Amino acid sequence: MARAETVGALPARELVSPGHLACQGCGAALAMRLVLKALGPRTVVVLPASCWSVINGPMLASAVAVPLLHAAFEAAGAVAAGVRAGLSLRGLDDVTVLAWAGDGGTFDIGLQALSGAAERDEDFLYVCYDNEAYMNTGVQRSGATPWGAWTTTTPIPRVKPHRKKDIVAILAAHRIPYAATASVAFPADLHAKVRRAAALRGTRFLHVLSPCPPGWRADPDQTIRLARLAVDTRIFPLYEVWGGADYRLTHRPRGLPVAEYLRRQGRFAHLTPEDVARVQAEVDTTWQRLLERCASTPRNRDTGRRDRKTSPAVGL
Amino acid sequence: MKIVLEGNHAASYAARLCRVQVIAAYPITPQTQIVEKLAEFCADGSLPARFIQVESEHSAMAACIGAASAGARAFAATSSQGLALMHELLHWAAGARLPIVMVNVNRAMAPPWSIYADQTDSVAQRDTGWIQFYCAGNQEVLDTVIQAYRVCEAVALPALLNLDAFYLSHTSEPVDVPDQAAVDAYLPPFRPRLLLDPEHPRAIGGLAGPDAYMEFRYDLQQAMDEAKDALVKADAEFRLRFGRGYGLIEARETEGADLALVTMGTLAGTAAAALPALRGNGARVGLARVRVLRPFPAEALRAALRRARRVLVLDRNLSPGSGGVLHAELAAALAGRPDPPLVLGALAGLGGRDVRPEAIAEAAAWALAPERHAEERLWLGLKR
Repeated sequence: MARAETVGALPARELVSPGHLACQGCGAALAMRLVLKALGPRTVVVLPASCWSVINGPMLASAVAVPLLHAAFEAAGAVAAGVRAGLSLRGLDDVTVLAWAGDGGTFDIGLQALSGAAERDEDFLYVCYDNEAYMNTGVQRSGATPWGAWTTTTPIPRVKPHRKKDIVAILAAHRIPYAATASVAFPADLHAKVRRAAALRGTRFLHVLSPCPPGWRADPDQTIRLARLAVDTRIFPLYEVWGGADYRLTHRPRGLPVAEYLRRQGRFAHLTPEDVARVQAEVDTTWQRLLERCASTPRNRDTGRRDRKTSPAVGL
Repeated sequence: MKIVLEGNHAASYAARLCRVQVIAAYPITPQTQIVEKLAEFCADGSLPARFIQVESEHSAMAACIGAASAGARAFAATSSQGLALMHELLHWAAGARLPIVMVNVNRAMAPPWSIYADQTDSVAQRDTGWIQFYCAGNQEVLDTVIQAYRVCEAVALPALLNLDAFYLSHTSEPVDVPDQAAVDAYLPPFRPRLLLDPEHPRAIGGLAGPDAYMEFRYDLQQAMDEAKDALVKADAEFRLRFGRGYGLIEARETEGADLALVTMGTLAGTAAAALPALRGNGARVGLARVRVLRPFPAEALRAALRRARRVLVLDRNLSPGSGGVLHAELAAALAGRPDPPLVLGALAGLGGRDVRPEAIAEAAAWALAPERHAEERLWLGLKR
C-alpha cells in the first residue's frame, strides 16, 4: 500500500470545500479534509451532533462533496450500522461508511451505540475528532477533557479532577480489526492509517486529536504546533492496535516535557508546578505502559485480521 | 392459507410478506416473539433481510433510520419502556420522513414494574409524527402491517402499530396469511424520496433556521392529512384484493344512540360482548372503535356519533392531570357541534386489569345515569 510520506504526496482532490463554517484554526475541519482525501468520493458520512453539525453548513449547503446524514447525538454507531446495511442491500459494498463524531459523541453520550456496533463488528470507519470538551456548546467538560483543564463547567479553582478516558483501549478491548490514534500535525501518518483502515472490513476506529483554539484558549495559528507538541510530549502518542492486541507505535516522539504543551494553552494557565509534575508523571506512566504493550506484540504476527491487501509492518 | 398465530407472530409473518430488508430490535417482553420469529426467518433463508440485534431500543430506531436513509425497507418492534427510550428518535424518523413501520405491544410503564396491557406507552408518543394504529385482532395485526407500509411509503411517514399485551400478543387465533404474490401486487418495492447516494452527494438533516423550520412542520401536518385519505384508499384496495378492511374507525349503531361507547384495541371486543345485554335493558347503545389515532379521525368520529346523546370513552391509558387521552381528544373533536353530546370518560384496564363485559355494563349504567356531568371521571373496578 502506498504510504504518503509527505503532505505533498497526499491526493490533490479536495472533498471539503473552503466555505465551511469552522472557527479559524479548527483542527476538526483539517481532520475531515485529511480523512476524506484518504477515503475519496465513495464515502457516506454519518454525523451526530458535534461542531461539525455546524461546520458543514445549514440546510441547502454542505461543505463536503460526499453524502452526509445528520444523526442524533448518541446514535452514530447505530445509524452508521443501518446505513451500511442499506448501502450493502443496494450493492454499494465499495462505499465506505464514515461515522464522524466528536469526543462528546464518542467518549460520553455515544459510547453505548459505538460499543454495541463494535461488538457486532459493524462494517464502518468511526473517526472521533477529539477537541477535549463540548466545544459546540461553548467548552463544557467531557470524558475526554484532561485532568486539570479549565472548562466552563470546571471553572477555576474547581478544574477537572478526573482523568481522560482511554478511548482507544476501550475500543481495542472489543478486539476490532483496527484502532489507531492520529494527529492533524502528522498528515502523512494520518493518511496512511485511514488507508490501512479503509482496506479492512469490520469496525475500524481512529482517534484524532483536534486542537480547538477557542476552547483551548490558544491562538488560531498554534493549532499545528499544539497538535505536534501533544505527540512529542507523549501526551498523545501515535500508535495503532491491530485486532485489539497488536500495538505498534507509528512515530517515535521526542519526549519533550509536558510543560511545553501545557504552557501554550489558557485552559492550563492556572496549573502550579506541582500540577505540571503530576501531569508529567501520569504521562510517563502511560507511555511506559504503551511501550510494554508494543514490546509484547510480536512483529508481523498473524492476528487473524482481515486485510484486503497485505499490510506492511509499521514498526520503527 | 389459514394458520393459527399469536398476535406477535402475525406481525412477524406480515413483515416477511412485506419483504422488509433491515430489522433492528432489542428484546423486551411481551414483544420478543416478533423478532425471534423474524430472526428464524432470516436464519432459514426465507427472509433475505439484515437482522441487527442492537444493544438498546434507542439504537434499534437509530439503525432503522440509517437503513431507511440508505433506501432500505426497515422494520422494528418494541414495547413500553423500549418505546419510551426511542422517544427522541421517533421524532427523528418522522421529521426525516422515513417510512419505518414498527410494531409496539402495548404494555404499562414502570414503576411499578408491569408487563401487562396499557396503552399509555404509545399514546404518550402521539406528538412524534407517527401514524398510529390500534388493532383488535390478530388478523388485523397482519393486515395492518401490510397496509402500513403501503401508506407510509406513499406519504413518507413512519407508522406505529399497537396491539394489547397478552390479549393479542400471546393469544392464538386463526389468521389468513395471504400469498406472497398477492402482497407483492399490493405493495410495490420501496422507492425512497431522498437517498444517500454517492453519485448525488447531499447533506440530509442540516440546520434549519427560523426562516425554514416551520415549513417542515407544516409539511409534516400536510402529510398526516394526506395519510388520512391514503389510509382509506389503501384499506379499500386491501378489501378488494383480500376481502378484509377496517377503516379509520369501526362503528356500529352509534348514530342517534342514547350512549355510544368509544375505545381502542381489545377493549372493543369486550364492549361488543356487553352490547346485547345493554340493549336488552332498552337503551340504544352503540360502539365505535378508533383504529387510527394519528392522524386523528375527527370527521369520521363526528359522522359516526351524529345525534348521539351521550358518549363514554373507555381509555386504557392515562395522561395524569388530564385523564384518558382518547377522551380528551374526542371531547375536543365533538365540542364544535351545534348540539354536542355529553362526553364522559372512564379509565379501564390499566396495567392489564381484567375488564369483563359486566364491568362495561356497569360503566354504561353509570354513563346513562341522569345526574352525570362532563367533569366526572369513572375509574372502572378501582379498589378504593
